[in-house]
Amino acid sequence: MLSCKEVSKLVSQAQDRSLTLGERLSVRMHLLMCRMCRRYQKQLAFLTQAGRRFSHLSHAGAFTLTEKAKARMKQKLEEAAREQAETEPGD
Amino acid sequence: MYRYALMRVRNPAVAEDMVQETFLSALKARERFAGKSAEKTWLIGILKHKIIDHFRKSGREHPVDDINKEADHQDAFFDEQGHWNTEIAAWNRPGEALEKKQFWEIFSACISDLPAHLADLYILREINGMQSDEVCKVLNISTTNNMWVMLSRARMKIRRCLEARWFNAT
Repeated sequence: MLSCKEVSKLVSQAQDRSLTLGERLSVRMHLLMCRMCRRYQKQLAFLTQAGRRFSHLSHAGAFTLTEKAKARMKQKLEEAAREQAETEPGD
Repeated sequence: MYRYALMRVRNPAVAEDMVQETFLSALKARERFAGKSAEKTWLIGILKHKIIDHFRKSGREHPVDDINKEADHQDAFFDEQGHWNTEIAAWNRPGEALEKKQFWEIFSACISDLPAHLADLYILREINGMQSDEVCKVLNISTTNNMWVMLSRARMKIRRCLEARWFNAT
């Protein structure tokens, strides 16, 4: 019989690889009897889903460049463009 | 692009540099831009390489898989028989959380609160969706097994953080 600690590891690995038949069976046996691990499993699946959603997110305001940073960047780029124009005439 | 970088490298200054370098590289390589993809896709593609280089470099400097470092911490979630030593509470309407902006701020803060090596790993694997073997290479993790152990720890910590700061707090 697996302990909750072992089940927590396998439930996590199930997000990254397919468990072996033996592992799946022992996890299922444990989950039948353990409410906490059932919750844990469900919550990890939620985390994975959230992670995927997070990568597509575009509305978090804290994640935008400040005006100052934009200006800095623009200046650098203009310099680089000028340099490039000088080194490659006719481009 | 900045958001894309920041969500992955977690450091505003580094993210800003990366976006800038991406534009510079793009400027140099602009004749190679065939117009086959949208400009934005092309730029993000360059940015992705910059981000991977960044992790690769820090992976070389600080090899990530000192997995015993937090063994004690992990054990703190279980008693000697391997049972949970704190209640794993049910979460109230997790689906609704995904629609709330504040939830994402907390989610992002919980990732940032991880020890740096776990955060890098979690981001590459769970947010970027990078393949396991590639993650190990980039972060200098010696075995996939070590990666699983660390991912399990990262998830456990994020779970606990979300519970404390979102699910129990609302």
